[in-house]
Amino acid sequence: MITAKKVTKQYSQKLALDGVDLNIPKGSIYGLLGPNGAGKTSFIRIMNQITAPDSGEVLFGDQPLKPSDISRIGYLPEERGLYKKMKVGEQVLYLAKLKGLTAAEAKERSKEWFKRLDMVSFWDKKVEDLSKGMAQKVQFVTTVLHEPELLIFDEPFTGFDPINTNLIKDEIKRLNANGATVIFSTHRMESVEEICNHIGLINNGEVMIEGPLLDIRKQFKDGTYSFTTSQPTDFAGQEVVSTDELHTGHRTIIKSATYPKELVSKLADEGILVGFEEVLPRVGEIFIDIVKNGTQIAES
Amino acid sequence: MNNPILLIIQREFLTRIRKKTFLLITILAPLLFAALMIVPGILASMPEDNKSILVLDEPSLLMPENGTEQYALEYLNPGEFDLESAKSHLRNSEFDALLYIPSGEGWDPDFIKRNVLAYGKEDISIDMQRFLENQLEDKINKQKLLEQGVDPEVVAQTKTQVSLKSFTLGEEEGQEETSATPLKMGLGYIAGMLIYFFIFFYSVQVMRGVIEEKTSRIVEVIISSVRPYQLMLGKILGIGLVGVVQFLIWIVLSTGIYFVVSQFVFPEAFADQAAMGPNAPDLSEMENVGVFDMIRSINFPLVLGGFAFYFFAGYFLYSALFAALGSAIDQEADSQQFMLPVTAPMIIAIVTAMNVIQEPNGPLAFWMSMIPLTSPITMMIRLPFGIPIWQVFLSGAILVGSFFAVVGLAGKIYRVGILMYGKKVTWKELYKWLKY
Repeated sequence: MITAKKVTKQYSQKLALDGVDLNIPKGSIYGLLGPNGAGKTSFIRIMNQITAPDSGEVLFGDQPLKPSDISRIGYLPEERGLYKKMKVGEQVLYLAKLKGLTAAEAKERSKEWFKRLDMVSFWDKKVEDLSKGMAQKVQFVTTVLHEPELLIFDEPFTGFDPINTNLIKDEIKRLNANGATVIFSTHRMESVEEICNHIGLINNGEVMIEGPLLDIRKQFKDGTYSFTTSQPTDFAGQEVVSTDELHTGHRTIIKSATYPKELVSKLADEGILVGFEEVLPRVGEIFIDIVKNGTQIAES
Repeated sequence: MNNPILLIIQREFLTRIRKKTFLLITILAPLLFAALMIVPGILASMPEDNKSILVLDEPSLLMPENGTEQYALEYLNPGEFDLESAKSHLRNSEFDALLYIPSGEGWDPDFIKRNVLAYGKEDISIDMQRFLENQLEDKINKQKLLEQGVDPEVVAQTKTQVSLKSFTLGEEEGQEETSATPLKMGLGYIAGMLIYFFIFFYSVQVMRGVIEEKTSRIVEVIISSVRPYQLMLGKILGIGLVGVVQFLIWIVLSTGIYFVVSQFVFPEAFADQAAMGPNAPDLSEMENVGVFDMIRSINFPLVLGGFAFYFFAGYFLYSALFAALGSAIDQEADSQQFMLPVTAPMIIAIVTAMNVIQEPNGPLAFWMSMIPLTSPITMMIRLPFGIPIWQVFLSGAILVGSFFAVVGLAGKIYRVGILMYGKKVTWKELYKWLKY
């Protein structure tokens, strides 16, 4: 859906993006991850054509990004807001028309969305009279109303209350199932791990790693295994990382250079093995690993 | 595809004219204007507050003048009263004031002039003071003339008033135009002030609008749909349109109110004011010159066309500057350090207006009507006086050219500024943004 080739952006003091190559597959839910100031917002602004790269190229589909593409993108910026003095309905229509919808289309679709998200009563209110949660819903509707093929959310869950966070997660999954490609940008990596199927990690303007989430986690597996047993068990001879007690039993996490086949069958034979799994590293851990060790792994 | 600039213009226009404050200002301002025009007429027609003044005239200088209807004079007998008893007499009487004229040693007008005193129960009004001074001066003058052996009657007869009829000599023979300097002055000054007011009032609104979009954080959503220059241009045009509508309503309402009041509510007041108002030009003299000749001597198509041109071009130039300014700051309070340098040229143009009027073709007037930041006002003041047409076109061309240059530069600052938060901006910083 989006292919970035050697994208570089220099601000007066700072190199925001340094030869960024990214590939965001069509139909994916893509997590654009990295700490604050890594260059995520700079890249997003380039996709939205708010700024232009100094060098490099961004393809939308297989064509270079062009001005008319903005109507195919829905963007929820990190710095978001609405005209406070304007009525909600009018404002939604205005923003939709700016994205290229006709007045009739805008009206029909916004009525639909307002019904879906149970916000019909907002229509004639001024934005300043809405609660924060209500305004967030309005903001979300304005982002998706024109049925964009690509949805970009910059730090979507900061400032959203838990109810709206879930609501929006569900809506995003639904839109993705209907064919939209979704990009999440965030520095809170754990928050999107559960819904993303692709990720790209950026640090200091450079892509550290990119690819399908599961592949990356597998690539970084470090021989960590989790055993859950119905009674305390002695793991003598193993490198035990931690033990704790769950309501399902006693969990022991070990490290092992090889797949612990014998241990599994022994515990199974004893009839005390309740659960066993290989623990894949979390994205945050991978990220710290990469940054600390300076490891940079080529695109898998 | 909708035209985004039109959509933005539409929004800017509609949200503003639907505001209650718009309605309020639009209606109140003409009432205020009308009041300014009408109140003097009403005041002039009000019955005068008559005062009676006691006079203790020791040298019999004023005697036996009775004063006027407004200021009646009553004389105390100098044999019965001195200053102190006259004062207590004033306190216990219906009279409003006491004038004391001492005689001093012999009959010395200079002594009298220095020692005349006036006491009032309330503050003595400027008007009353002037009346008394005039009376005394007149008497003392006559007295002095008599002492020199001159008959005051002769002096009065020899008083002459000259009224000069002036013409502007055209280049061809027979092309003499009655010059109408006061009319031109008024026209130029009013037009210049209107432009100043319009530019200031609405450019600042552009700045406010930009700041509003920035602080409400909606701007990034908008510019992911339209280009920043489209947003800026749409805002400038939309607010300009509001200004034009407001101006037209003001003109219609003010003239309407003035007409209604002058024709129906206080017709006598206005007849009086027109015929013998103290400040109005003497009509009989004007008729000699010919009011219509005067009006005909002004090139109205040029003045009106110039007004429309400088009105809009000046507004566009300044509003682009103000838009850039608004984009660079987070709150209106931070705008002060940038406001002054931007508005200074306009203020200078207004301050020098009188010098320009006195010498409409002098070097000051010429250069200020070429510099684009002052030309909308200065050139407008000069236009009614008839200036070489090449100057008008040159000034117009410079203004239009610098408008495009400024919009380009302002657009660059704007593009960077609207996405910049929480940064105290300096001039150096702004310069850097130009190169982003």
